[in-house]
Amino acid sequence: MTARDEAPRRAAGPDEEPARRTARDGVLRRVRGALGAPRRTPVPVPRGYLTRLTGPEAATRADVVALFTERVAALGVAVRHVGADELATAVAAVLWGWEARRIVVPSDLPFGWLAELDGVRALADSPVLDVPALAGVDGVVTGCAVAVAQTGTVVLDGGRAQGRRALTLVPDRHLCVVHADQVVGAVPEAVRRLDPALPQTWISGPPSASSPGGPPHGPPHGPRTLGMLVVDD
Amino acid sequence: MSLREGEGEAEAPDHPAPPERGSDVSGGFGLGTLLRLVGGQQGSTARRRGQDGKPVLPRFAEAAREALADAGARHDLAESVGTARDRLAAATGEPSDWEELRTAGAAIRDRALLDLGTHLEAFERAVTDAGGTVHWARNASAARRIVASLAEDGGGEVAVADGPVLREVRLAGALAERGITVRDAAGPEGRDRVRAARVAVTGADFLVADSGTVVLLEADGAARACLTLPETLVCVAGMDRAVPSWADMEVLLQLLPRTAGGDRLSPQVSAWTGVVPGDGPSEVHVVLVDNGRTRILGDEVGREALRCIGCGACSAVCPVYERVGDRPYDPGGTGPSGPIGAVWTPLARGVDRARTASLPFASTLCGACAEVCPVKIDIPGLLVHLRGEVVDARRNRSVPTPELAVMRGLAWTMADARRFEAAVGRGSRWARLVARGGRIRRLPGLLGRWTEARDLAAPPAESFRSWWRRHEAARRRKG
Repeated sequence: MTARDEAPRRAAGPDEEPARRTARDGVLRRVRGALGAPRRTPVPVPRGYLTRLTGPEAATRADVVALFTERVAALGVAVRHVGADELATAVAAVLWGWEARRIVVPSDLPFGWLAELDGVRALADSPVLDVPALAGVDGVVTGCAVAVAQTGTVVLDGGRAQGRRALTLVPDRHLCVVHADQVVGAVPEAVRRLDPALPQTWISGPPSASSPGGPPHGPPHGPRTLGMLVVDD
Repeated sequence: MSLREGEGEAEAPDHPAPPERGSDVSGGFGLGTLLRLVGGQQGSTARRRGQDGKPVLPRFAEAAREALADAGARHDLAESVGTARDRLAAATGEPSDWEELRTAGAAIRDRALLDLGTHLEAFERAVTDAGGTVHWARNASAARRIVASLAEDGGGEVAVADGPVLREVRLAGALAERGITVRDAAGPEGRDRVRAARVAVTGADFLVADSGTVVLLEADGAARACLTLPETLVCVAGMDRAVPSWADMEVLLQLLPRTAGGDRLSPQVSAWTGVVPGDGPSEVHVVLVDNGRTRILGDEVGREALRCIGCGACSAVCPVYERVGDRPYDPGGTGPSGPIGAVWTPLARGVDRARTASLPFASTLCGACAEVCPVKIDIPGLLVHLRGEVVDARRNRSVPTPELAVMRGLAWTMADARRFEAAVGRGSRWARLVARGGRIRRLPGLLGRWTEARDLAAPPAESFRSWWRRHEAARRRKG
């Protein structure tokens, strides 16, 4: 290896590709040189760990959902159980509690969820809202892809009723509707339900300030108020 | 390769830089050392400079002495480490399958590392297929240049969500020197800055090879904002953080949060693959950083250190770290600290220089780090391995190290009872001379290096042998 590929160069478009390839081949050559002869078989991974939640916490579906509620509440999230027929009323009640006037919702949010809104304007993210518009609303309402009971987590992957990532990042309040059948016991169950090709955001409670005792820093990013409604089937 | 100001340590680890003058481990005993001894203290390490005027990074024990002298900082450190330790114990004690998770985690990391080339190529392919671009940086300056070039293309202003790799390559400072405006995403105006920036830079925790997914865990959401809002995302990642497949994340997403913050899961986890049409940045770059990692990989014993997932649990449980904090391990603020830093830095940079050679000795080998490590890195074993390397590297010098010279002299002295007794008598007189208040803080001259990290009780005025002889003679007279 020489240091030739390090010679200063001007930044610019397509002629970066040869330099990129040189650097790439150099690094890969060094990696292979460091490792010696390639392995015939990959290192086996002993997977003796639990791939689902077990024990009394997971005796029935209701126990798993109850654990989710308990763990979410412990993270400082206001969470309520509602029946499917009460959902629209419950959504309206949470937004009323926030004194929200304007909210944003994914364009494919089920219409029924917002059926009981009174005095709250819901903007659909279609056409796409810019960041100042998102910053100007009082909250966002979405569904989720999967929820994890053990960790009190909801995962959004941009699927149905979830919208793009900016929608649940910029507004300061986020109300997430979780259907009981979306709640799994443990992390492995969630990982197995998710497609890595889709952009995922795993949310376990509101964001917290990083590095306590470190340099002063500003407000954390992401909604500081989280609400959840767990819809029992 | 010439060394530019302030980056000697971080550059081209495979091109050994000139040794740090003024702190050679072979123990040059000059006037400065003598003056410090007479003065009863070490010179301030912060002010020390080599003959070329560049600051010399202090050896562990020198920096540690300064850290230990600050009682207030020590108190705060002990408190925060204590809290971290309690959270860690609670979080790792909860899952009944914690040991099985650690075993799987270690194997997953080994599987990725022992076939790293293949996994990185797979990762690159998957990212490219998803509309992203993968860049390769053999060292810190290459990484800086790549990011700076992308930032300049994007208008010369970047939002940065700080992380270990970014500090390792000294990114923020280098961008600012090139006239690029750097906005700290976690700073007081972070929210507005990220929203206004066209380019953002983040680190990464894991690179999933089979899907091209980047995974990032955090508490405050600064990275989440950076990877969502600006048009261009530049993600800088240690290339060791490859993970073979998405399914493996079911293990790592349990191990890292519990050991890093004592959380069941980190407050915010982001996972994304290349460009997502209509959602987030329209341009995505991943910069894979070598910067000494292939050197570690080339050490068949030491490569185990690359399993590290950056949780910091080894620091939280370390009795040495608890007292001295980060700085003695990492005076430049660019590398890993704590027990893993004491292994990683000498592996990545070699043990030619006094500072890196001092790190493997910054441990009592108590083993707490190995027990807590989520990927079962045998840190004490690696420290011993590196101590061997340090000794070997110095064995063949034409002038023997003080240790070796003393050991040879000691062997000669102890081989004969009369020589030994005479030496003990002389030695204890001299030792009492250098003692202060009944303790010896530091032996003079060449022996100083041995005693600087521990105090010795001053030897008694009379040796046991001479006491015994006197006592026996008196008894016999009485009897």
